[in-house]
Amino acid sequence: MVSSFKKALKSGKFVVTSEVAPPKGTNLEKMIHHIELLKDKVDAMNVTDHQSSVMRFPSLGGALLVKEMGGEPILQMTCRDRNRMALQADLFFAASRGINNVLCLTGDSVILGDHKEAKGVFDLDSSQLLAAIRRLEKGKDLGGNDVDGSISFCAGAIVTPEANPLEPQLIKFEKKIEAGAEFIQTQAVYDLDNFKQFMDYARQFPVKILAGIILLTSAPMARFMNKNVAGVNVPQELIEEMASAPKGRAIEKGVEIAGRMIKRVREEKMCDGVHIMAIGKEELVPDIMDICATMICCSKGKAL
Amino acid sequence: MIRSITQQKPEEEIDQLLNGLGRVFMIGCGTCATLTHTGGEPEVKAMKENLSGKGKLVTGEMVLPVACDNLTAEALKEHGAQIGQSDVLLIMTCAFGVQTIARQLEKMVVPALDTLFIGKETGLGRFDEICTQCGTCILGETGGICPVTSCHKGLVNGPCGGTSNGKCEIDSEKDCAWTLIYNRLKELNRLDAMRKLQKPRNHQGEPSPGKFKLSA
Repeated sequence: MVSSFKKALKSGKFVVTSEVAPPKGTNLEKMIHHIELLKDKVDAMNVTDHQSSVMRFPSLGGALLVKEMGGEPILQMTCRDRNRMALQADLFFAASRGINNVLCLTGDSVILGDHKEAKGVFDLDSSQLLAAIRRLEKGKDLGGNDVDGSISFCAGAIVTPEANPLEPQLIKFEKKIEAGAEFIQTQAVYDLDNFKQFMDYARQFPVKILAGIILLTSAPMARFMNKNVAGVNVPQELIEEMASAPKGRAIEKGVEIAGRMIKRVREEKMCDGVHIMAIGKEELVPDIMDICATMICCSKGKAL
Repeated sequence: MIRSITQQKPEEEIDQLLNGLGRVFMIGCGTCATLTHTGGEPEVKAMKENLSGKGKLVTGEMVLPVACDNLTAEALKEHGAQIGQSDVLLIMTCAFGVQTIARQLEKMVVPALDTLFIGKETGLGRFDEICTQCGTCILGETGGICPVTSCHKGLVNGPCGGTSNGKCEIDSEKDCAWTLIYNRLKELNRLDAMRKLQKPRNHQGEPSPGKFKLSA
């Protein structure tokens, strides 16, 4: 069955995705709250897979929860914790439960997370996981054996448009598309002029691109990302704008900046949509979308 | 020359391993462990003083020329009496040495070192892991730089998203293997090799524990 997310990508509309993060433990309350808030507002929501290598409730369980609540999940799958057998098995399960969107990631190093002594697997990488999905769809597993039952996924991957050096990342990006990526969610972009240059290049490939928008919550948070998150570069003027917010109101400023960026991405038709990452503040995603809609309304008289 | 690179275990761990064992015979190695200053003459001497200070009786010590060599059996015989008086052998060699010695003697062995990797001295006092002996060499497609060893994740299709300014996400002192490979292939005008989608690695190269017999 074609997923509603895939239909949205094909429709040519401006696609909006967001994220929900499974909890550390079995208390799903907050996640359920976020799914409730987002399920009718976004085209799909990613369910993160032990984000930053911090062990949590599984993304597969989270994606199933989204599905059961009537939302459209994008199952994030990293290659860090499972070998090719476990990854394929989880894909079987996902397909059997109508979870038909997968974002394929190599995954952060175990050392960056909260189980530093664990073994990082990396039996496959992101491009090989994409290729594995396409192979399963043709009825064969990675061992060359026949697979019983049909499988069909809308499969995607990520790219870091501000990586330095950039060309090795672009070579990998092209390999991901060759391996079968239909959509790409980018690492956070803040300098939209740079992003336009990336899109001038990326447009030549048959893939839908959603620009990554990470909500800024404070000036120190922006500086922290610049220092510690590979390929994220918040320009100085945005940091100053965040710092200029009245005490205790930085988040409102961050919401405004995110809304403004989405508006520009959309109005200038830079790419096919956005992927909003609110990192723990998922309840603010509707605010970001509302403020963006208001801005567009004011300038053009139409709603998002 | 390739070397077995070692690092001394934390003192508390050594103390724990020697707990209740009063008489210790100590063995160092004149090759790799001497080069890395973990099991040569000075380190064995320092360890001896340390142990004596903790009330252990060191029945004797020796630094084997090459602990992993078969001649080790003969060298150990020369110290048979002192070894015989000991409760335990504290061995300041790599794990190849520890296992070679353990096969020769009816004694419990305690390694004083952790064996980190097989590597090369690439600068004064600097040792780098070069090859993990995976059994399925892909150097022909990477400009002679091994990503299986040099990429923290052993990736064969290019860099992950964690690389930053040519460095690895786990350590800003570690070069990103795929940036090195990219630079090399670009220099050689062979970036096409990097564009090839590599299949998942064959981890059956030689199933562990490796065994190999030359055919006649």
